[in-house]
Amino acid sequence: MTTTSSSRNARAQAAADSLRADDRPPTRDAGKTSGRVGGLASWVDERTGAAGPVRYLMNKVFPDHWSFMLGEVAMYSMIIALLTGVFLTFWFVPSAGHITYEGSYVPLKGMGMSEAYASTLDISFDVRGGLLLRQLHHWSALFFVAAIGLHAIRVFFTGAFRKPREINWVIGTVLLLLACIEGFAGYSLPDDLLSGTGIRVMEGFVESSPIVGSWLSYMIFGGAFPGEYIIPRLYIAHVLLVPAIIIGLFTAHLLLVVVHKHTQFPGPGKTNNNVVGFPVMPVYAAKAGGFFFIVFGIIALIAGLVAINPVWMYGPYDPSPVTADSQPDWYMGFADGALRLLPGWLEFEIFGYTLSLNLALGSIVLLPVVFSLMGAYPFFEAWVTGDKREHHLLDRPRNAPTRTAIGMAALTAYLVMFLAAGNDLMAIKMGLSINDITRTLQVLFFLGPIIAFVVTKRLCLSLQRADREKALHGRETGRIVRTPEGRFFEAHEPLSDFDRWNLVQHEAPKPLELSAGTDAMGNVDAKAVVSKNRLRMSKFFFTDRVEPVTPADLADQHHHDDTSMLALDPADFGGDLHGGAEELPDGRAYSHQHQPHGEHSSKH
Amino acid sequence: MNATGSHPGPDGHARPENPHVTGNEVSLDHGHVAGVEVADRFENPGLPPHKLRHADVDPKAAKRAEIQVASMFALSIVGTVGFLVAYFTIPMHKYVWIPWFGNLDLLHTLFGVFMGLSLLGIGLGAVHWAKTLMPDAEVVEERHPIASPQDSRQGVIDTLGRGAEQSQIGRRPLIKVAGGAALGIFALPMVVQLVGGLGPMGEAERELRNTFWRKGLRLMTDPEGRPIKAEDVTMGSVYHVLPEGIYDDPKQKPNEGQVFEHDQDLGVLERKAKAAVLLMRLPSAAFVSSKARDWGYQGIVAYSKICTHAGCPVGLYEQQTHHLLCPCHQSTFDVTNDCEVIFGPARRALPQLKITVDSQGYLIADDGFAEPVGPSFWTRKR
Repeated sequence: MTTTSSSRNARAQAAADSLRADDRPPTRDAGKTSGRVGGLASWVDERTGAAGPVRYLMNKVFPDHWSFMLGEVAMYSMIIALLTGVFLTFWFVPSAGHITYEGSYVPLKGMGMSEAYASTLDISFDVRGGLLLRQLHHWSALFFVAAIGLHAIRVFFTGAFRKPREINWVIGTVLLLLACIEGFAGYSLPDDLLSGTGIRVMEGFVESSPIVGSWLSYMIFGGAFPGEYIIPRLYIAHVLLVPAIIIGLFTAHLLLVVVHKHTQFPGPGKTNNNVVGFPVMPVYAAKAGGFFFIVFGIIALIAGLVAINPVWMYGPYDPSPVTADSQPDWYMGFADGALRLLPGWLEFEIFGYTLSLNLALGSIVLLPVVFSLMGAYPFFEAWVTGDKREHHLLDRPRNAPTRTAIGMAALTAYLVMFLAAGNDLMAIKMGLSINDITRTLQVLFFLGPIIAFVVTKRLCLSLQRADREKALHGRETGRIVRTPEGRFFEAHEPLSDFDRWNLVQHEAPKPLELSAGTDAMGNVDAKAVVSKNRLRMSKFFFTDRVEPVTPADLADQHHHDDTSMLALDPADFGGDLHGGAEELPDGRAYSHQHQPHGEHSSKH
Repeated sequence: MNATGSHPGPDGHARPENPHVTGNEVSLDHGHVAGVEVADRFENPGLPPHKLRHADVDPKAAKRAEIQVASMFALSIVGTVGFLVAYFTIPMHKYVWIPWFGNLDLLHTLFGVFMGLSLLGIGLGAVHWAKTLMPDAEVVEERHPIASPQDSRQGVIDTLGRGAEQSQIGRRPLIKVAGGAALGIFALPMVVQLVGGLGPMGEAERELRNTFWRKGLRLMTDPEGRPIKAEDVTMGSVYHVLPEGIYDDPKQKPNEGQVFEHDQDLGVLERKAKAAVLLMRLPSAAFVSSKARDWGYQGIVAYSKICTHAGCPVGLYEQQTHHLLCPCHQSTFDVTNDCEVIFGPARRALPQLKITVDSQGYLIADDGFAEPVGPSFWTRKR
């Protein structure tokens, strides 16, 4: 055994050395060693035929980018939550049965409470390391939802949802919704005063459902609120039902990533037909495997040092008292904020029946609408662009200005709702009137997204123009050159082919142009009505656009530079300042004389 | 395919060294030469040349990296051992003050720190190992179209068609209809069992309309359970009040002479969820609504504590303005004006409980609530 491993080490060392020597990819060497698989591996392979798929997976290439770690964080925190959750089930009693607390937390001694709450206290105070498990579980759950959200934001703004990944985007959207539901069910289980208040609000909005509300509430709670059924029912949903669906969808999500291969950011050598990165063996095995431990380690540190959900401070649930600043966990904040922003006049009578839109809009309508819109976006954009190609190269957000602006508008609406969930905290901490804050946020809910859209779109177009300038003129060096006649030039350093490629590789689609909406007989074509809408959306998306620099543009530019520089010889400036220098007129030291080509605006 | 897509991918195993620079092209850096064709789009320049790391060229740097990685793994061992030592030596419920973090449970904090060390040591070590010593030359893997070849797709369609043909489903509509109907409804028993068994839906309409309150029940402080004399309610004070007898065991049969009208078969928490009441005393002149004053007793008024928005307890009373505020969504109710909503998402006023005093001077309910308390529901007004 020792000789085998040491000889294997020697081989690995030799392989690594040979790699350094002529800089060859490691796959070739991996192929060499796979001929001598050990006895156990042969035994397994002869019974499963796993060698083929395993080799395929071990040689799989993953591109490197920090933002690709967000999905990994989600995956790892999910695993940590599952692991710690299993531990917690060994002590937690999912029962609303009434008992008297006799544990070691003195302030609550002798108090009547549910078994769920008492067992949560026992885990926190009487099980060695139990509090750590609770904290690990809660923090990893918070990380889980946050990482899914950030991962979704990354995928959206880089256009990674485009064909062939639309299904995976929808799966991811459902996973985000399920993660929120799973989290809500989880933090409701301890049956403390705060979580019980959350369930109370949930009961309130279920009751507000048109027609079936009161029945639905009695179904869920097994009778009058709060009842003794909700804790065991939430428990089985939290430990079995929802996690099973999450794991199933997560597996499908991951399988599709393997099938599609990971997207990559554009760059020199990276095309729509390849993946440039590092193989699983050994690089990603070490990096991704190590990253699991890093995520776990950070969560452990936070769990040890920062208390989350100290349920012993809230007391057992009782529907008549309440604590000030009652807030849900952060991921439910936007829905709670929506409930705070909706005005009361949305509740009204219709044919003698009561319709509580002030509640329903912020809950049973909001959640499905938000996630449906999110899930539907790739199909909407594909319809607008009519693009049927596969896309494996990511967009830089600036190169898809309208999409980026839509995303920022949506995030702004989300942020306003999220802030509204803390309107009471803001009022206290900032010494402001809660009424003013709420009204401001109500206005901002409508105004904010519009502002965000316009500003983002303009910023993206400006950044694209800046890219154009840089690709055409090179990098500004800040070095000013004076000619013998007294004229001033700023020296621009030309970009390398590799640097320029990042600025010019993208497409800038033009808006669609369609024929008249009538057929040969002069009748309105039913299909053309849809086409008109599509035309309108296409104009909305692509009218304002900046073309990437083409070789012809660059050649023209150099030609222009050459004539303007006339007598100047680049060699006079040490040879490294060749090309791209431009004249700076009086009083406009930082502006460029040259109007960029290829700029189109709706104002024309 | 766009310009980037049409670029022939480099061979999966060979490292491409900018295959496009052959020396024959017009170099665009040096200006356009008249009469020479220029491409529509830039060409992908290929992977930039690989840069060697310190550890690739300097054995000392490689050794240094090796020591760093090993030290991180060693730190992990320290963390694991530390956790175990703490588990067996540190007593529970020992608190220490740590600057910035405050008073911490010593054992819990050590657990978190040692566990973090144990895990981070492994994680950082592995990543550092990968970054310094493992190959960092990028590898190129080719992509292939996701869609299956056309003959595979046609094969699926053919197989499906043949299956339909051989099963004769198209030619025997009787089987199609009967089979479809059977499959369409076979899950109904499970659905009906679930929906029918989950909750006593028939009770909802009755129970949502009533509370534990009825005429003659004394107002009791909670949690002390004392009856309240009118003169005890001083100006500006607020009491959290429950009906007399609400804590009586629901399973116990009502005593003789003590007949509950509603909610007698509910548990204590279920009764409380509807019956909680706030009792306040205002100067008579403060009342805008005469109904509010008339349903009270000498300026003492009782209102449901359950918010008409989502059902949270309306827990905050502003003594000066006589406003009640719900801490969940900030609905604000004006006690002087019959608890009408003056701000926030709630629509309806808090229901008032009509009160009076009994022969001994204790506050009692003059009647149950005149309308359902708590959040709205579809048939509330019916």
